[in-house]
Parts: sequence; structure tokens; C-alpha cells
Amino acid sequence: MSKVVVAMSGGVDSSVAAALLKQQGHEVIGMMLRLWSEPGREDSNRCCTPDSMAQARRVAAKLDIPFYVVDAKDVFRETVVQYFLDGYARGETPNPCLLCNRQIRWTFLLDHALALGADFMATGHYARTQKTEHGKIKLLRAVDDAKDQSYILHVLTQEKLQRALFPVGEYPKAEIRRIAESFSLPTAARKDSQDLCFLAGDDYRRFLARHTPQINQPGNIETRDGKIIGRHSGLANYTIGQRKGLNLSSPLPLYVIAKHAGRNLLIVGAAGELGLDELTARGVHWVSGDAPAESFRAAVKIRYTARPLTAQVTPHADGSRATVKLDVPARDVTAGQAAVFYVNDEVLGGGIIA
Amino acid sequence: MIYLDYAATTPLDPRVLDAMMPYLRDSFGNPSSVHRDGQRAEAALDTARETIASVLNCRAEEIIFTSCGSESDNLALRGVMLAAREKKRPWLLVSRAEHHAVSKTAEQLERYFNVDVEWLPVDAHGRVTPDAMRRAVCDGTALASVMLANNEIGTLNPVAELAAICRTRGILFHTDAVQAAAYLDVDVERLGVELLSLGAHKFYGPKGVGALYVRQGTDLVPHLTGGGQESGLRAGTQNVAYIVGFARALQLAQEERAARVAHVQPLRDQIIGRVLEAIPDSQLTGHPEQRLPNHASFVFKDVDGNLLLQLLDAAGFACSSGSACKTGNPEPSEAITALGLPRAWSLGSLRVTLGKDSTPEQVDSFLLFLPSLVEKARTLK
Repeated sequence: MSKVVVAMSGGVDSSVAAALLKQQGHEVIGMMLRLWSEPGREDSNRCCTPDSMAQARRVAAKLDIPFYVVDAKDVFRETVVQYFLDGYARGETPNPCLLCNRQIRWTFLLDHALALGADFMATGHYARTQKTEHGKIKLLRAVDDAKDQSYILHVLTQEKLQRALFPVGEYPKAEIRRIAESFSLPTAARKDSQDLCFLAGDDYRRFLARHTPQINQPGNIETRDGKIIGRHSGLANYTIGQRKGLNLSSPLPLYVIAKHAGRNLLIVGAAGELGLDELTARGVHWVSGDAPAESFRAAVKIRYTARPLTAQVTPHADGSRATVKLDVPARDVTAGQAAVFYVNDEVLGGGIIA
Repeated sequence: MIYLDYAATTPLDPRVLDAMMPYLRDSFGNPSSVHRDGQRAEAALDTARETIASVLNCRAEEIIFTSCGSESDNLALRGVMLAAREKKRPWLLVSRAEHHAVSKTAEQLERYFNVDVEWLPVDAHGRVTPDAMRRAVCDGTALASVMLANNEIGTLNPVAELAAICRTRGILFHTDAVQAAAYLDVDVERLGVELLSLGAHKFYGPKGVGALYVRQGTDLVPHLTGGGQESGLRAGTQNVAYIVGFARALQLAQEERAARVAHVQPLRDQIIGRVLEAIPDSQLTGHPEQRLPNHASFVFKDVDGNLLLQLLDAAGFACSSGSACKTGNPEPSEAITALGLPRAWSLGSLRVTLGKDSTPEQVDSFLLFLPSLVEKARTLK
């Protein structure tokens, strides 16, 4: 029996995580983060609306566990939101949830949990861990492949994983709903939204315009050979592979194939020019703590929701970079997103697409 | 679990529950009814009103029963100001360090009801000084509201002096005595006030019942309109059992006041002395002497007050902070803000309040744990 803090959201998954741990006989404490939103929108942050807080509180009362809200507004603004703004300033498409998991959930909140005397921290993420005979922790895909969230957790170090529990990752989603019903917990999941929590329902372009108007200036649209063929409204407004909304008159359909932040250029080209078969991942984190000595075959996810692509992954000498050679070129290789390397069910590591 | 949050609420005294039981079980009559059942309920109500009136040194019909201290504050401010507005646009004087039941009502009156509000400043101990009152009053002032004892920082206001200043100028005076009534004399003649708010659960009575003293001849617009109960100021069938409990609890508080003060005050002084001595960068909030005898409150530099409460709770101590807020919002309260502390200090507030069942062992245990928990909270910041 251990003392376990559960990071609760009010949703069905973390509620069931808490219920399962309590049922296993652990001493369970519920915690919830209060995150940052723009002044006036504080109550709309998807991760911590008053509604979801009330819901989590009700679940905690139902399970008869203590429940605390931890304020993380300042640290969230300084790290996660800043990372988001900096990413767009570099012409990338950042995924701030990665940094939130590493810095906020699994550092800031974990430190709070440990201060309360917890042995472990659990979340409602769909992922699994497995202890090896050498005492290392492997990060594995969830049993329910459709719900798997191991992509976002690839940033966790061994130190964090030693403390991490993902109780719902062992079950299919349908089973989680049944368990929720059996504990009379609320089963209504929030609508799965792809929007970032701190945008509070607003469009990210308007958010950028308010916070860093200087980074999203209009500029030229060029072809790869340097021919100016139009104007763009700001690089952040476009994604790689985009065809619609370019307002170009061209006999062939043209796609966004690259962004050049230094010269504020949007590069377009024909469908044939789109797609990359090689990418470099920077800031690579290896879950085991050590980079593999040799090049290996892997399934690589280049976005949270992407299908895994077969590839050859070659770590560079210092391990902090890796070259990924895709078997089949992909159209939506996007700088700033993470490329995460899977071998069978195991997450070996991942890095940010350069 | 060691409970050190008696300013938030207190447990029901078994003697109070005994007094209430007949009206929960058998005597269910409506005090407004003509028949004998109604008469019995009315008699209980009258007795309760007289008991409370004797503690307050006023007439029974000057007691208006409400649902809680907050409602009493609302009735006092809104009732008086709306009545005063019939003559001309009135001013309301309110201290910067009031309970939300007063300050939010004042803000609403200003926003929606054509009332002007002037905010009285407080000194570094959170007190409204007679000088500040003298400077603030003007010909248009209809009502001044200053609490008898502050719930967050324990400071006592010189209400008798402040009320005297107002009385000479024909200004009505309201005091929120919700936090004070457990330990202080609430004689309305000695205080010289026209309105005084009480809530039963702060002195071992039930939650959900309060009262407003309204001096005879004070003009108020009714608060709930309907059946004419409570001198027409607050309609609705009275909560007889709770009112009976309220009266019994106030009577016990009066009878046992000296003993209760003698019990908690040395424990409070032990807490204040030991905390300031053992914890670096700690500071007492509120007045060092003119404070509630059961109330110790502090700020700690570079501490998140909410986090400290969580650490205390996990260690088995129930306390409170200035920003009594479960949503994790660290913003300091108006009372703490009014003290003018730097932000590094004002975010780290802690309130420790004692009761008649607090023991020296509990206090020792608390003082043993607190320094290391403050240290822990600092490292997490």
C-alpha cells in the first residue's frame, strides 16, 4: 500500500484512475492544477474550468479522498505559453502539451505530490509502464490503441517514470466507462478538443496577434526557385501541406511545403514537391536514459494523432539528435512537432522535428 | 485530525442540539398559525428572541432573524441605503477590510442602486482609526459599517468610539459582529450602534441561522417581502429549531465567556510567540493586542498560502489562510491587501483559530510541525 496523488481533471479517465487506486488499497489524494489563461478568460481554460473543478471535487468526495487545487498559473505562463509563442516566432508549429507534461504535470505537480508525502503520482493517461529486470521503467502503448497517449509522455525521464502510475492504460476505453458506472462516477467525458487549453476556446492566430503581433507579419509567397507568386498574411497562419486559403492563381494546385522564418517567406510547390522522406529530431529524449548504440527500425509518429510510419532511426553520436529516414515520404512533416519512436509497443524516445 | 479553524465554523454544542431537538421532532408548528401548535412555536420564537435581546441589551422586537450573518449584513446595508435613498443620494462608508458580505453588498449598491460608497482606510494592523472616521464622514453619509472583529486577521475595531463619532453627526452605524460574538461583549448600548449582525455557527450554534439587531426607529426597506414576519423586514416562515439553537448557543457564549477567553488566550499567545520565534521571515497580521483571544494569523515570506494549507491538511491540521479559496487562486484577500504588505509576503497567509475544545497538546503538536512545513512550502515555491 502506497500513498498516491492522482492528477484529476474531473473527466472519466482520471476519476477511474483514482477509483482503481483506492480500490487497490492505496491512500489516494486528488490534485488539480490551476493553469493560466488570458485575463478575463481564466474560467474557460479547458483543463481547469470551474465546472471540471467542481466535477473533480465531487468525484473526490464520492471516493472519500482529500482534494487540493494547486496554482500553477505563473509557472505555466512562463514556460508553456512562452514556449508556444517562441515556437511560432521561429516559424515552427510547437506542441506546448509536451512541455506542460514535462515541466508542469511531471515536475511542478509531482514536486507538490512528493511534498505531501506521496510515493507515486498517477494520471488518467492511456499508457502503460513496465519494470525491467534491471529496475528500469519501460513506457508502453496503452492496451486501447485508439486512445493511446504515450506520444505525449515520451518526455518523461526514468526518475519521473519511477513515480508514475497510469492505471487506465491497462484497459480498453469501453471498460473504463463500465468501471466508472460501477463506482457511480460521472461518465460523461468532456468533448475531446484538439485546442490548447490556454486558448480558452479562442483561435490560436488571434491569440498570437494579441501576444506577439510582431512575429506574424505579412510577407511573400515564393516557389522553391525563388519566384514571388503572392503574399501571405503571417507564417503562423499556415500549416505544412495546406492547399486552401493561399489565394494563388496557378494552373496546378499549390501546397505549403516550407516556411522560412528568417526571411518571412512561405514556400509553396506542387503536390510532387510536398513530402519529406527524411527528418532530423533535435533535443531527443531517450526513455531509458541512454541512446541506442545503433541505428534501428521503428514506427515513428510525427504528430499526436498521426498514424505511425515505418522508418529507420539513426541516433547521432551525442544522442541528442537523430535522423529519421521514412520508408514512404510523408506530407505533413512539421517543424516543432515531436517525432516519437516506437518499437513494437515500447516508446524508445523522441525529439522535436527540426 | 486537529481542528484549528474555529473562525471558519464551530461544532454544534450538544447542549444546543438538546435545546433544538423538540422543535425538530414534535413541535413543528408554524409560528404564524392561530392554533395551539402554532402558538407553541411562536412561544419558542419569542423566548429565543428575548434571550438574544438580553445578551445584546436591547428589546426583543429589535432582533430580526435571518438565515446567516451574511444575510444580516445584506439586510443592514441594502435596507438602510435603499430607505435613505428615498430622500437624497446617500453615501455609504465602508472599511477596506470588511467581510465580503459587506464589501460586495456595498459594491452592488454603488453599481446598481445609485449609492455612493467611500472606502475607509485601515492602519497597518487593519484597524479603522477614529481619525480616519472623522475625516471620512460628510453631510451626505447615511450609514457607516465597520466590523467589530476581523475574521481574517483578528483585529478589533474601536467600534464604540467610531459609532460615537457617527452618532453626533446623525449617521447610522452598523457593525458586523459575526466573528466577534463568540468572545466579545455585544452590548449594543455600550457599543452605541444602530445595527449589528450575528451568525450562530461561530459560537457552537447551528449553521443557517443569524440575526440582525435593528435599533427601534431605524428606517429599513424590507429585504424579503411576503408574510410580514420579523417586523415586516424579512418575510418567510421562521426556522424555529435553529433559532432556538441560536439563542441557546449565544446564552452559553455569554455565560461561559470569561472561561472560554481564559482557555484560548494563553494558547493563542503560545502560538504567536513560538511561530514568530521559530520561523524565519514570519510576521503577525492584525493587531498584537487588540485582537480576538482565539485568533492567531500570520504571513510568511515566499510561501504559497494554499500550498501550506494542503501540507498542513496532509499532516493532520485543519487551518485556513487569508484567501479562503479552494480553487487554488493564490490572490490575497482585501483584508490582507489592505495591510499594505509586499506581494512576497501577502501570498503566504495562515490563520490559526482556537476553540473551547482546543487542547495544549494539540497546540504543541501543531507548533512542532509548522516550521518544517513552512520550510517545505518555501522550497517548492
